[in-house]
Amino acid sequence: MMGLRVDKPGMLSTVQDLGRWGYQNLGVPVAGPMDRCAHRLANLLLGNPSEAATLEVTLIGPTLTAEGRMHVAVAGAEFDLFVDDAAVPMGVPLSIAAGSGFRFGRRRRGARAYLAVRGGFDVPEWLGSRSTHLPSRLGGLAGRALVAGDVLRSRETAAGTVPSVDRRGPVLDLPDGGARIRVMLGPQEALCAPEGIETFRTTRYVVSDHSDRMGYRLSGPAVALASSAEPLSDATPTGTVQIPGSGQPIVLMADGQTTGGYPKLATVITADLPVAGQLSPGDWMEFEVCDRAAALRALIAQEQALLA
Amino acid sequence: MTGSVEVRAAGDSALVVELGTELDPALNARVIACAAALRGERIRGVRDVISSYAAVTVCYDPLRTDLGALTGALTRHAVAADVGVNAAPRVHEVPVCYGGVHGPDLELVADFAGCSADEVARRHSETPYRVYLLGFVPGFAYLGRVDERIAMPRRKTPRTTVPAGAVGIAGGQTGVYPCPTPGGWQLIGRTPMRVFDAARDEPFLFAPGDEVCFVPIDEVTLLASLDEDEVGTAPGA
Repeated sequence: MMGLRVDKPGMLSTVQDLGRWGYQNLGVPVAGPMDRCAHRLANLLLGNPSEAATLEVTLIGPTLTAEGRMHVAVAGAEFDLFVDDAAVPMGVPLSIAAGSGFRFGRRRRGARAYLAVRGGFDVPEWLGSRSTHLPSRLGGLAGRALVAGDVLRSRETAAGTVPSVDRRGPVLDLPDGGARIRVMLGPQEALCAPEGIETFRTTRYVVSDHSDRMGYRLSGPAVALASSAEPLSDATPTGTVQIPGSGQPIVLMADGQTTGGYPKLATVITADLPVAGQLSPGDWMEFEVCDRAAALRALIAQEQALLA
Repeated sequence: MTGSVEVRAAGDSALVVELGTELDPALNARVIACAAALRGERIRGVRDVISSYAAVTVCYDPLRTDLGALTGALTRHAVAADVGVNAAPRVHEVPVCYGGVHGPDLELVADFAGCSADEVARRHSETPYRVYLLGFVPGFAYLGRVDERIAMPRRKTPRTTVPAGAVGIAGGQTGVYPCPTPGGWQLIGRTPMRVFDAARDEPFLFAPGDEVCFVPIDEVTLLASLDEDEVGTAPGA
């Protein structure tokens, strides 16, 4: 059996694939990687399909030991990486000898990196996905983040040669202290006052400490609502920007609940969700309103950069 | 129903159509029928179709989906949504032990209602409820409507722990907690039934449009039906 033994788990390391789609009607959030692009790139480096499960590591990465010869790759937030004591790069396939250590060191930029192993991590599928949803303790490795002593098996069956790929160049502009995030207004911008929308468009918000995979609570000037009446709860897709009574926006991220009753002022465009996913508490966040055509152009450009 | 609906974008990968703005069983039935019809079309690129009280939301992959065709289908099903599809709902009978340590807020609700605790239990269990939507956590069904005399608003401060099976009231809504979680609803009882079990072939007991009836049981029956590890898990303060 090949796998990685967890010596130190890091701050918050969870198994993620492309998410658990199709069950939001029953209250099951999608989960999945906060930075979909980096997850996919880590898999691409090893010739894995996009949906292979990777390990999402957050701010402080884990220290691992290879059980058997392992092929791994890391993409996303910039970390120093070491195989035993030798520095190794991100963005390329790496081969780790049985018994060798693999360690995340200092983080340089971004919040979340993705560690892929050839074949993907072998955790049970639940409702068609291996993604961990932390709030409900479902999916992934027993529904939780890694702890010391865990062993993550890979689904690789035989050690072969690693593909020769070098993708050290960035797919995303990793945020460095903050990011300008594009949104499309709606679906409920009419529930916000025009001056509230103006506040939202012109404010540099700060990602508060009460921010995690479920969502980012932002602090800054309050967005004025058109009335105090709350709409009936309805679906809250990932990227929804809600305005609660306090006027402080909440951006729903990967683990966000499936429904909500706060006015939905705007929605982060698909191409900028991975950028938002690289933010952490204390970073700034600004919003730029764009239309659907611009959102699609950005997504296509990102896809081309990823598959280049 | 008039023949026009407005389909709105929720970003570049979701569409929403509101069929109304009220909490109304007939409207919700049309919403569920619209969602089911759209799901049945298996449109390329559609990842999720979500029904709520009064709206249908469709999540799609913007690189694989013909948005014009999806918008057309959503509009068509929203206009034509037919309650007949959901005319015979699944009915679930859910046994509940009211009050005591299992329903620590029952007396508060009785005070709110100006009646006895037994009367709260009677009113809660005498009407069938509709599953309007699921949300909050996997398998959590929002059931309505609660008799307005006992429709006490949620607690100001949520409990840090509520056990699976706890039955609560929040205004006109009632529901059963599917798993241990923090929660702010007024807890009036507990069921030994598992409304959600990830390990089951069918993890979810409830789906939108189902009907739920609560049946009072005594504490002996509750305790006999709980698994050993569940017995000591009363709600937190």
